[in-house]
Amino acid sequence: MLDLKPLILLAALIAPALAAAQSAEDRGLQIVRAADAYDRGFADFAADMTMTLKNRAGDTSRRLIRIEMLEVEGDGDRSLSIFDEPADVKGTKMLTYSHGLEPDDQWLYLPALKRVKRISSRNKSGPFMGSTFAFEDLGSQEVEKFTYRYLRDEPCGEFVCHVIEFFPAYEYSGYTREVVWMDGEAYRVFKVDYYDRKKTLLKTLTTSEFKQYLGHYWRPGRMEMVDHQTGKSTLLEWSNYRFRTGLDEADFRSQALKRID
Amino acid sequence: MYRLSVLLCLSLLPALAAAEFSGNVAVEGQVFSEAPQSAEQFDENLTLSFQPHWDGRWNDGDDLWSVELFMRADNKDAGREHADVREALWLHIDRDSEWRVGINTMFWGVTESRHLVDVINQTDAVENIDGEDKLGQPMVHLKRYQDWGVLDLLVLPGFRERTFHQAEGRLRPPLVIDADQAAYESSAEDRHVDYAMRFSQTYDNLDLGLSWFKGTSRDPLLLPGVDAEGNAILTPFYEQMAQFGIDAQWIVADWIWKLEAIRREAESNDFNAYTAGFEYSFYGVFGSDTDLGAIVEYSNDSRPKNEASVLDDDVFVGGRFAFNDAQSSEILAGFFVDAENRSRSFRVEGSRRVGASWKATLELQTFSNIDPADQLAALADDDFMRLEMAYYF
Repeated sequence: MLDLKPLILLAALIAPALAAAQSAEDRGLQIVRAADAYDRGFADFAADMTMTLKNRAGDTSRRLIRIEMLEVEGDGDRSLSIFDEPADVKGTKMLTYSHGLEPDDQWLYLPALKRVKRISSRNKSGPFMGSTFAFEDLGSQEVEKFTYRYLRDEPCGEFVCHVIEFFPAYEYSGYTREVVWMDGEAYRVFKVDYYDRKKTLLKTLTTSEFKQYLGHYWRPGRMEMVDHQTGKSTLLEWSNYRFRTGLDEADFRSQALKRID
Repeated sequence: MYRLSVLLCLSLLPALAAAEFSGNVAVEGQVFSEAPQSAEQFDENLTLSFQPHWDGRWNDGDDLWSVELFMRADNKDAGREHADVREALWLHIDRDSEWRVGINTMFWGVTESRHLVDVINQTDAVENIDGEDKLGQPMVHLKRYQDWGVLDLLVLPGFRERTFHQAEGRLRPPLVIDADQAAYESSAEDRHVDYAMRFSQTYDNLDLGLSWFKGTSRDPLLLPGVDAEGNAILTPFYEQMAQFGIDAQWIVADWIWKLEAIRREAESNDFNAYTAGFEYSFYGVFGSDTDLGAIVEYSNDSRPKNEASVLDDDVFVGGRFAFNDAQSSEILAGFFVDAENRSRSFRVEGSRRVGASWKATLELQTFSNIDPADQLAALADDDFMRLEMAYYF
């Protein structure tokens, strides 16, 4: 009989050391890859979004936007946003083909002129529709868009969250880093702190009212983005989530923007 | 028979009842700062416009209908008082094709300062001098999506005559254009059936469009004539023409390079024209949220200066400021300068949302250093300011 005791003892001693040898960068990447894998396979979804802008004085204004999203294998997702309110921009549509590190392709449909305009998509840090959300906050999340560093685990509400730093790897980001709180079970993002180019805290995103769809995919019902520097905030309320509605590439052609709807 | 029509109406009700209604009502005031060329022309006016839109869908969204009307009433300018059906359309969508039957308004092209390739719809010229307002065009339009590009095939039965200012209106040539005396080269007159085709495709960062049109020219020749009282006037003459067009844009980071070029063949003249230039985007200028798009475009027309269009050898330099605020404030400012005689026209247009449903637009247009031989000479005394308040619903 071979005595395995010394070997087991050795393994027990080495394992934590091996785990510690995995760098914080590798651990961060590993978690984000797992989160990406978890969310893969949704195929497509459609949802309605109410966006409420609030300034420092408390004045509010509202936008209604319908969103359609198509998952694309081997590339970034495609998204179509159709504006229903404010009334003066009703029928305006924005189509985005996101491409990881490459600049996205983007088109705007202007109903008053019946014109589809190709637009330059490098405007990552600009505000979306006058809100505290930047284009880059709402864009498709691709693993290669950031480098990562795992910080720690800590309780967040009823869950335990991984706290990970995201460093933008794409050009023209408005941020030096984002700190993301993400639970380890279903990879829901509960909070993000955004640090500006001067490395000071710029904005905080908090999400809540998560619901599960198709028995797997989690989506938040509320997302609130507070700008600490201007005192402005924006609340996104999501409703009417529908998954696997049968959308395909034909629904995301730039010329199809000219259809009435 | 009565019962049948009742049944038919009842069966259509669900589609009609699901109709969505939207649109806008706008009040616009206009002030001209200089004395007019002719004493009968007004100095300021007030006008009301109404643009309702209905649309609906059936057949699980594969079939859609839409109706859009436009009406304008004016306290001084009878020539601007008009009504038009911008859209009365049935749209059928298949996976790789779309059918549009009815009246529609469409746009082809890429450049900002001039729209050479855009020949399908007649210009609603009394609305604005930028030529971007269009009259609805009857059509049967098939769009086919192929792996190698998108093909548009159009049959255009029926022709729309251009709208013109009348004697009391500003922004018109010294001689009044009498639309009632419009004449045609074709004996079919405004019932001539026109044809158009377009191929378009995106090759990575290059968008390319090739188009062809054969039929009644949307741009009339203006011929000397006399009215019932024997006064000298101009009469529109609509020729037959064939036009081949190319439009292209090339996206290189923050640059978008643009080209539109046409070859037009008609009885009076064969000519070439093009507009070429770029738009360069600056984001978050001066550390603000404001984006600035700088636009430079050059327009050329091969006809002799007195026969060519206004933009025969002109440079456009402009900037579009988007403030990205909650009110979607925007300013578009720019000027045209004739490279040969230095005649200049300057225009600035600013708009901003007011409350949830209103939008205010201010437009200022000036003409300066106008060479008497330039086609802009007709508008030399017509500097104006225009304020519009529109309610959207």
